[in-house]
Amino acid sequence: MNTDMKVLIVDDYSTMLRIIRNLLNQIGFKDIDEATDGTQALEMFGQKNYGMVISDWNMEPMSGYDFLKHVRAGAHNKDVPFIMITAESKTENVIKAKQAGVSNYIVKPFNAETLKGKIESVLN
Amino acid sequence: MSNYSRDQVMKVIHSVMDKATPQQSQALQNIYTELSTLAQTIDAMHADILATRSHDVSGKHIPTATDELDAVIGATETASASIMDSCEAIQSFVDAADENLKNNVVGETMKIFEACSFQDITGQRISKVVNTLRDIEGTVDKLLNLFGSDESAPLPEMEDMRSEDEKLLNGPQMDGQGVSQDDIDKFLAEFD
Repeated sequence: MNTDMKVLIVDDYSTMLRIIRNLLNQIGFKDIDEATDGTQALEMFGQKNYGMVISDWNMEPMSGYDFLKHVRAGAHNKDVPFIMITAESKTENVIKAKQAGVSNYIVKPFNAETLKGKIESVLN
Repeated sequence: MSNYSRDQVMKVIHSVMDKATPQQSQALQNIYTELSTLAQTIDAMHADILATRSHDVSGKHIPTATDELDAVIGATETASASIMDSCEAIQSFVDAADENLKNNVVGETMKIFEACSFQDITGQRISKVVNTLRDIEGTVDKLLNLFGSDESAPLPEMEDMRSEDEKLLNGPQMDGQGVSQDDIDKFLAEFD
């Protein structure tokens, strides 16, 4: 698995950003940017070529779901692997995310093995 | 929901009652009686609402509850950050250690990182409760306005039925309230 890529992680909880960053570090990813909502993430996404995005769903003012739709509808890097990590665990959420083009979906709380497995599945 | 206040409804009732005096026909007299009963019922309801101290719910109890819950989110976030600081420090201590020890320590600290996700989950749950309380607060305010709860005539403070011991128990204080350990030490030193 190529871990040299830039990764964008998006979550409005600083605790969760730090957890994901540390888990990614242990997997081997070192080039990691952070955003705290979809608006900030979208701006950063337009400025760099990220190899993967890991985003929360429930954020203000722009949710991870809207951020995903913007990414998929855009011209820049629209096919980037996009993993949603969220506490939203209803079937309808998963279906909506899938319809919007999510690459994989992780329900919080999660562990390192789950994250690693999902990353491998979207990158390979 | 219509925006007719209690005062507006009472005004309409009294206006109709003025036009339907008991001296007129039996039908009008019946209407007069019914309206009179309705006016008394609304007045009684108004008095009941005042007696329940409903303004305390939206003006005091709910804001206090939401502040306390916000403080829980803040406190767990601070604690989680502190735990993760220690984990990162521990990991850096074993950077140069033999591979087996390093792997064991990093593996265990990663489990601590995973466990810290409780802060995100509990924070989201608490936020939902806070939003629900704020909705209730808004609804109570609307109802009070509709029923004409009179804030300009405050009720006397309710008698505090708690024991002296219970009155001293207020739990953790919000930031800026209560006194610091330094203040307590200084205060106690004055007795020495």
